Amino acid sequence: MTRKFIHPYIPNSVPEVQQEMLQEIGVKAIDEFYECIPVEQKVQGKLDLPDPLLSEAALKRHVEGILARNQPAGNMISFLGGGCWDHHVPAVCDEIAARSEFLTAYAGEPYEDHGRFQALFEYASMMAELLDVEVVNIPTYDGSQAAATALSMACRITGRPEVLVAASTAPDRLSVIKGYLYPDIKVNLFDYDTDTGLTDLDDLSARLSNQTAAVYFENPAFLGYLETRGRKISALAHERGALSVVWTDPASLGVLSPPSAYGADLTCGEIQPLGIHMFMGGGRAGFIGAPDDERYIKEYPSRLFGIAPTTHREWGFGDVAWERTSFASRETSKEFVGTASALWGITAGVYLALMGPEGMRELGENCIKRTRYALNKMAELPGIKAPVIGTHFFKEFVVNFDGCGKTVAHINAELLSRGIMGGLDLSQNYPGMGQSALYSLTEKRSREDIDCLVNELEKILST
Amino acid sequence: MSDKTKSRDFHQARWNEPIIFDLSTPGERGILLPEMEPEIETSAGDALGELPGDLKRLSPPGLPEMAQMRVLKHYLRLSQENLGADLNVDIGQGTCTMKYSPKINEQFAASPQLSGLHPVQDENTVQGALEIMYQLEQFLKAISGMDRFSLQPGGGSHAILAIVSMIRAWVDDRGLSDTKDEIITTIFSHPSNCAVARAKGFKVINIYPDPKTGRPDLEAFKEAVSDRTAALLITNPEDTGIYNENIKELTDLVHSHGGLCSYDQANANGILGITRAVNANFDFCFFNIHKTFSSPHGCGGPGCGVVGVKEHLIPYLPVPLTSFDEASNRYYLDYDVPKTIGKIKDYYGVIPAMVRAYAWIRSLGAEGLLEAARVAVLNNNYILNRIRAMKGTEAPYAEGEHRVEQVRYSFQPLKEETGCGFDEVQRRICDFMCHIWSSHEPFVVPEPFTIEPTESYSKQEIDEYLAALEKIIEEARATPDVLKTAPHNSPIHHVAEHEYLDDPKLWAVTWRMYKNRFEGYFEPKKEQQ
Amino acid sequence: MFRLGLIINPVAGMGGPLGLKGTDGEEILELALKKGAFPRAPSRAAHVLKALSQEKDKICLLTCPGSMGADTASQCSMPFETIPLKINQKTSPEDTRRAAKMIQERSVDLLLFVGGDGTARDIGQAVGEGQLCLGVPAGVKMHSSVFALSPHHAAEIVSGLIKGRRPQPRLAEIMDIDEEAFRADQLRARLFGYLPVPGSRRGLQVLKAGSSASEKAKQQAIAAFFVEEMDPNRLYLIGPGTTTRAILQALGQEGTLLGVDALRDGQITGKDLNEKDCLALLDQAGFEQATIVVTPIGGQGFILGRGNQQLSAEVVRRVSKKQILVVATPDKLQLLRGNPFRLDTGDPELDRQLCGIYRVLTGYRESAYYRTEL
Repeated sequence: MTRKFIHPYIPNSVPEVQQEMLQEIGVKAIDEFYECIPVEQKVQGKLDLPDPLLSEAALKRHVEGILARNQPAGNMISFLGGGCWDHHVPAVCDEIAARSEFLTAYAGEPYEDHGRFQALFEYASMMAELLDVEVVNIPTYDGSQAAATALSMACRITGRPEVLVAASTAPDRLSVIKGYLYPDIKVNLFDYDTDTGLTDLDDLSARLSNQTAAVYFENPAFLGYLETRGRKISALAHERGALSVVWTDPASLGVLSPPSAYGADLTCGEIQPLGIHMFMGGGRAGFIGAPDDERYIKEYPSRLFGIAPTTHREWGFGDVAWERTSFASRETSKEFVGTASALWGITAGVYLALMGPEGMRELGENCIKRTRYALNKMAELPGIKAPVIGTHFFKEFVVNFDGCGKTVAHINAELLSRGIMGGLDLSQNYPGMGQSALYSLTEKRSREDIDCLVNELEKILST
Repeated sequence: MSDKTKSRDFHQARWNEPIIFDLSTPGERGILLPEMEPEIETSAGDALGELPGDLKRLSPPGLPEMAQMRVLKHYLRLSQENLGADLNVDIGQGTCTMKYSPKINEQFAASPQLSGLHPVQDENTVQGALEIMYQLEQFLKAISGMDRFSLQPGGGSHAILAIVSMIRAWVDDRGLSDTKDEIITTIFSHPSNCAVARAKGFKVINIYPDPKTGRPDLEAFKEAVSDRTAALLITNPEDTGIYNENIKELTDLVHSHGGLCSYDQANANGILGITRAVNANFDFCFFNIHKTFSSPHGCGGPGCGVVGVKEHLIPYLPVPLTSFDEASNRYYLDYDVPKTIGKIKDYYGVIPAMVRAYAWIRSLGAEGLLEAARVAVLNNNYILNRIRAMKGTEAPYAEGEHRVEQVRYSFQPLKEETGCGFDEVQRRICDFMCHIWSSHEPFVVPEPFTIEPTESYSKQEIDEYLAALEKIIEEARATPDVLKTAPHNSPIHHVAEHEYLDDPKLWAVTWRMYKNRFEGYFEPKKEQQ
Repeated sequence: MFRLGLIINPVAGMGGPLGLKGTDGEEILELALKKGAFPRAPSRAAHVLKALSQEKDKICLLTCPGSMGADTASQCSMPFETIPLKINQKTSPEDTRRAAKMIQERSVDLLLFVGGDGTARDIGQAVGEGQLCLGVPAGVKMHSSVFALSPHHAAEIVSGLIKGRRPQPRLAEIMDIDEEAFRADQLRARLFGYLPVPGSRRGLQVLKAGSSASEKAKQQAIAAFFVEEMDPNRLYLIGPGTTTRAILQALGQEGTLLGVDALRDGQITGKDLNEKDCLALLDQAGFEQATIVVTPIGGQGFILGRGNQQLSAEVVRRVSKKQILVVATPDKLQLLRGNPFRLDTGDPELDRQLCGIYRVLTGYRESAYYRTEL
């Protein structure tokens, strides 16, 4: 080093300070601290990294230059969904999620970090209202993790080694579930009707046995339609002593019944729609809801914050049944717990408080009606089939373009050149559906946006 | 110590903020949604009414109804009742590397150019994001010497899950499922190592530390390794901050029995640019982006754990990876991973954390990373020297040796002398705008506390923390009741009655559970029937 | 109100500072008094009561007259009731036993006793396994694990109980040694029985220390792992202890808590064996065909020779070192604070040979390799 490096992030780089500290410790140089590391384990020379961008201005220019090469869906007319949705994020959510106090805290105690305990307790409480359950955890990594964990909990609660999962489950989520449960828990699939999308109840009944811990399905399904016979599915599961585990979109629950109303024992899902930006799929957190039943509570691997009195009659909080977690007990813990997605839990709490019951109702109404409008308009286009699967929809539906003789890839490329992001291409994952795409409508898609899409599609399809 | 490093007269905000449901006024609105255009109303008709009965929500969710500013105020107040690392001298959160998360990086992470990206946008429209992911991977390869990285896991434990899933796949793939069924770890390695290994169907062998040196007992280790050993999962330095110089001997031994070795680098902050996973012959390693690479901890996530592997394990990595096609000069998501364990997380991982890490490494370069490590270690040994001199504390193991980036200390002598131990000190130290945290499982070290100063705090701040510690130790002797009834200057007072957290009849993890059980202030509810 | 029983053995621990290694037996006590020993149990008891002074209103203290409790209680201004026990100026073990019985009959939430191993033995003999007890250490020997770490610690546990924290009781060993042998520098610690004591709340940070997965559940997990690995053709000699007993219970067998039982193919084939019985069975089984299963006994981590003397040097010599299997819950290992297991078979040469690393079953599909030293 020719010049002493004093970086703004490293205060004790100042040579005089270092000297003072070394002197107090009684060593001559920092190198002495590393004498414990054998020479052959040491890095020879410098790490192969680019030269630093020392000034903040240079760093800003550099990173923003790279980011400028992105064209975010959020700035365009986007119909992409399929698990990550372009809902509006209220400004207050951004404000709170960016607060230093929340952003940079970690695992403080219920005293100096009282705020995060209360905010997360309130998040869980508001989610419990939305889901109509008594227990909701501090968020998991994402909705897929929540689904996998809920199924794993079901196996421990019932003492059974097998789960039945709807074949209609989102493909990526199914991959996470299978990977997570392997090798101890067997995952079997049950069929659905490729026309109505509804569960094949005969197939489900035939597969249920006294080894089945849980029956899992998603509502709304990945392909956008609604399962109307949830009550029947739950009843079939219960008849054989299995639990009903349902994945749901919390954005739908202002108007749609929570799965607990049709027999779900465990409800799980993703809170990204509740005030969390898409971040290319990097803004995610999962929830698991359960009844007030010790057998369920004891099987949560995640943290649960409970309310407790203080010596001065304030609202205090702490970890409930902490021993469940792998933090507290290596040898008997359920699964594991680590840093997950607490900040997004706080953010989703802010969202639910802003929305209130009426906001959630309006959100649901927006999604359902805009979807219906888009569906009606697109179905009018020649050569297009919509919907491909299902009868009732929340905010997504499948459109087929086989009749137009064009691929989804081509259509989407054309749309993109006109400032529109078309629906998610399903032709790879669902070859049986031909050239189909999943179109998603949030409250952000105005009539104009939809009309624009339809007009442009008309042009593209007619050339 | 100068006057300016005395412990200060501090009081945290105390808002006595009600639970949010008690702030509700029927009719108030926090935000309005787009109004439905007439064309949409006409076309959609009674779409809601047409839903089958079972699907219609019968009563609205019992959410609070609040005007926007009230919501904002409530959460701002709660934020003030939370002592983030930006405000305190967060060196008592040992093992978690609470370094400064630069604000400029927050601007990048929050940029609509990033936050507005949908995960399945056309790859041509996300080249910036992919470039950052790709380049970050190159940096991590240089830092560790590994051959490929997955950035997908959402935290350290999740990274362990990815690694053990790969070990599982590797063992099964070679037809060794019945013969390679043991995983060795150490008692000072993170508990998730043990929990995940068990969940993935392995038997777990824990190695205890040698009582004198604090290193994993080498003789016990040799006894434990056999042809049944599928893998070694080990942290180095462990949470004691002691570097295990025998680390390569351990990996060589496991390799000689055909097993794999995984390096938990959650504690890498003191060895950046000093030593690398590849130098100790590891097959896997993982880093926590939210620790070593400066992404903020967000009250417990979102984090990001990145998993590195050697060449022979690349085929097992989770999909997708990020690759670069020179012909077309573009980055792409690469699903061509023949034996992949599949996905372990939605999409591609926690992208904002990756952008922060990218920017952090770019702002420091190789020299800066090395300086960060060296100063973190200097700070740590400065503290060690000071705490060793405090009567009432001790630093078990490795007497007289220097440590790397952190030390696990014990208040056992203080506890024996005064009856005040970790619990009391912990509740008292928040009266001095500091904190020490409490998960130090397993409790091999009694009354433990762990200090990890990182490179981010100035000597003056460190002195202030130590002054607070010294003052509290004095108090434990002179006025123990001050500790026993602490905290005094926090948002709330002592939660003394733990049955509310332990007893299934009393605990309440949501407000509705509370309302079902209690009324007023924890008055048991009278039976309704 | 929390009903607290208190028995002080005023002579406990008097020999220690004088190098007398215990005060059991009248002559020794007189010798101790002559040498200028002063009672140390009362001051330790006072320490506990003073630490509980804040909780005074919630405690209904029931104690013995005079030096066995009342003196200390009034000195600490702690209100109390006295049981109608007649004691002499010089108290005896019989007084302790009678006091314990009387207090138990008057039903208390916790019986606190201040003394040493001998006191614990007397209490155990009097109250059996039906009374929650806790020892405050004041003796010289202290091999039993029924004691809190210190008077401070004892007060903390009592205060927790008063506040309503009721951790699962744990059966703790009562160990004592033959005092005559001890004074002749021969250690012969024996396992005399068990007393239920308040289970340790894992962890120190109380807000996070929920009700611990019970010691029993952990023992069951170890037993399940043992059964999974068990070789039906092998002879197992199962040593004393609650952890080893859990193995037999998992197999639906009723073992002896303090004795050595023989197990083969999931069945008990011999109960409460003495050294001779063990030798005969091992000779019958043949070399390398038997495994000895032990658990560390007492707070000092002895796996052989203290509390399981039936497994004598002769017996242990008949199996190879690899066939000594240790079972212990992680909590029990943690109580050793990193110290190794220890041995005392009575044959120093054998002890030296047996030092080294042992496999320890610690949970379901979990084990440790742990060091054993002299």
